[in-house]
Amino acid sequence: MSDLQFQLLAALVKVVLVVAALVQAVPVMTWIERRVSALIQDRWGPNRVGPLGLLQPLADGIKFVMKEDIMPSEAHKALYFLAPAMALIPALVAFVVIPFGPVVQISGRSVPLVVADLDGGLLFTLAAASMGVYGIVLAGWSSNSKFSLMGGLRSAAQMVSYELALSLSLMGVVLLSGTLRPMAIVEKQAGWFWEWNAFLGGLQFVGFLIFLVAGFAETNRLPFDLPEAEAELVAGYHTEYSSMKFAMFFMAEYVNMITSSALAVTLFLGGWQLGIPTELLGLQPGWTLWTLQILAFAGKVAFFQFVFVWVRWTLPRFRYDQLMDVGWKGLLPLALANLVFTALLAMSGRGRW
Amino acid sequence: MEPRIVLAVSAVLFALGVVGVLLRRGAISILMCVELMLNAANLVFIAYARHYQEAEGQVYVFFVMTLAAAEAAVGLAIVLALFRLRETTDVDEINLLKW
Amino acid sequence: MTALTLAAYVVLAVLALVSAVVVVWHRNPVVAALALAFNLVSIAGFYLVMDAQFLALLQVIVYAGAIMVLILFVIMLLNLRQELRGRDSGLLQRVLGPLLALTLGLLFVRVLWRSVTSGFAPPTPEFGTVASVGRELFGTFFYPFEAISLLLVAAMVGAVLLAKRRL
Repeated sequence: MSDLQFQLLAALVKVVLVVAALVQAVPVMTWIERRVSALIQDRWGPNRVGPLGLLQPLADGIKFVMKEDIMPSEAHKALYFLAPAMALIPALVAFVVIPFGPVVQISGRSVPLVVADLDGGLLFTLAAASMGVYGIVLAGWSSNSKFSLMGGLRSAAQMVSYELALSLSLMGVVLLSGTLRPMAIVEKQAGWFWEWNAFLGGLQFVGFLIFLVAGFAETNRLPFDLPEAEAELVAGYHTEYSSMKFAMFFMAEYVNMITSSALAVTLFLGGWQLGIPTELLGLQPGWTLWTLQILAFAGKVAFFQFVFVWVRWTLPRFRYDQLMDVGWKGLLPLALANLVFTALLAMSGRGRW
Repeated sequence: MEPRIVLAVSAVLFALGVVGVLLRRGAISILMCVELMLNAANLVFIAYARHYQEAEGQVYVFFVMTLAAAEAAVGLAIVLALFRLRETTDVDEINLLKW
Repeated sequence: MTALTLAAYVVLAVLALVSAVVVVWHRNPVVAALALAFNLVSIAGFYLVMDAQFLALLQVIVYAGAIMVLILFVIMLLNLRQELRGRDSGLLQRVLGPLLALTLGLLFVRVLWRSVTSGFAPPTPEFGTVASVGRELFGTFFYPFEAISLLLVAAMVGAVLLAKRRL
């Protein structure tokens, strides 16, 4: 088949794979969340539905679908309907530029295992993250309820504030790698695992921590989950949502978590790189090596999902003014200092250009 | 043909922005129509940059975007301060300097 | 100039114009703000079709993702309701203003229409990339770049001072 047809087919297959994986990961994440939280709190988690409670997500899904879909009487109908979609779509789209594997060879043609190898790849993720704020703000406002409005506004302010620290910590990696394409950034982290960007290879340890903290704030996870603060605001911006619309917010949160983890892994922890030079393993580029690399990526992302859940059930929640203080007076100067430090590093020749 | 579509769209967007500034009564709505005008100008910059294959037009757009951000921030701060004073953002009500 | 790109231009033009009309016309400021956000994204689409990828992404990040969120935030904070229309402004202003604006628009359209005679030439591979814009920005436009960072600091300080309740 012609080159264009092949590219189109490859792109279609990759899109289906990525979307399916992301959407399928959400039920798995709910199970992990409930079991790990139970482990941390010294109790059993769901263990009635299926062996080890593995069918619990299925039961949850059925419950979501069967629940009554209400709409508050004074709610702005169009926006109320649109808000969950505006939360979910940017979350799914942000994953598009993240490479989940190396450049593989299929029937003689090279196919990079990333849905869209854009020139300004990281900017695209930032753009999608910025658009994700709309879903929350619109949900808060269109529900016509004071709890929702407060939750929505708080969340918008929080997300916009931490977007700055997020972008600046990314720029450190971009400075060192000289490119905005995540595929190229991963390829430059080949070698031993201490040569990854977060460790001795790029000395971006501070940037990595800033990115993680900002990632927690961007995805509205504890300790930054004031917008959905269960004890304070009922359920924040999604108070008035039920059944499938709530499920979409739920999914958007988990997909955002996965994208954040995947981005952290790609930029700071070598993406799909194994951490051991491939010559030592005696593996030639072929499907064994490539499968191992895809599994390495998945494993690293899974580890970070565990960290997200772990932190959620360990730390208390920030108060809103503490949250804004940390964002503007703590993370932002730290990220700027990291950027200056990285610029000096790049100038002194340690960059991977 | 395509440059003409883009340029015509930007001219119409600019005119719509001017109409909005003249007709709207909320201070924030007027600010939004000003943003519309700025975007129309940006579109013309990019259209010509593409036509002449230069990067200079794009740098101008970069600067205009930055300026628009700064202006939106300061404008909204002014609207907030005015709202605290007069409890309204209707520009027809903010007429203390009228003789 | 394939039929597909022409269709893309026309579709984007329709989206941009319809959303702009909603911005100018609709009385609810939140709906107007959302229409403006949609308009900004369609303009980003224009940039993309014209191969200015870096600026398309910047447009989404800065304009649609930050400025419009800020405007929406202030609208919701002030809890602005439906705007009144018309009555206080005199008839002259309400009629003459838009008439003059439309004349301005027609003038612009006429001037711009004649300024470009051919279609777009195929783009050089360098056009619109981050590298080319960056090279210009930090090369020819280095002083304006530093000046605009000073301006941003001034704007930040100004905005904080203006919005503070108590100095």
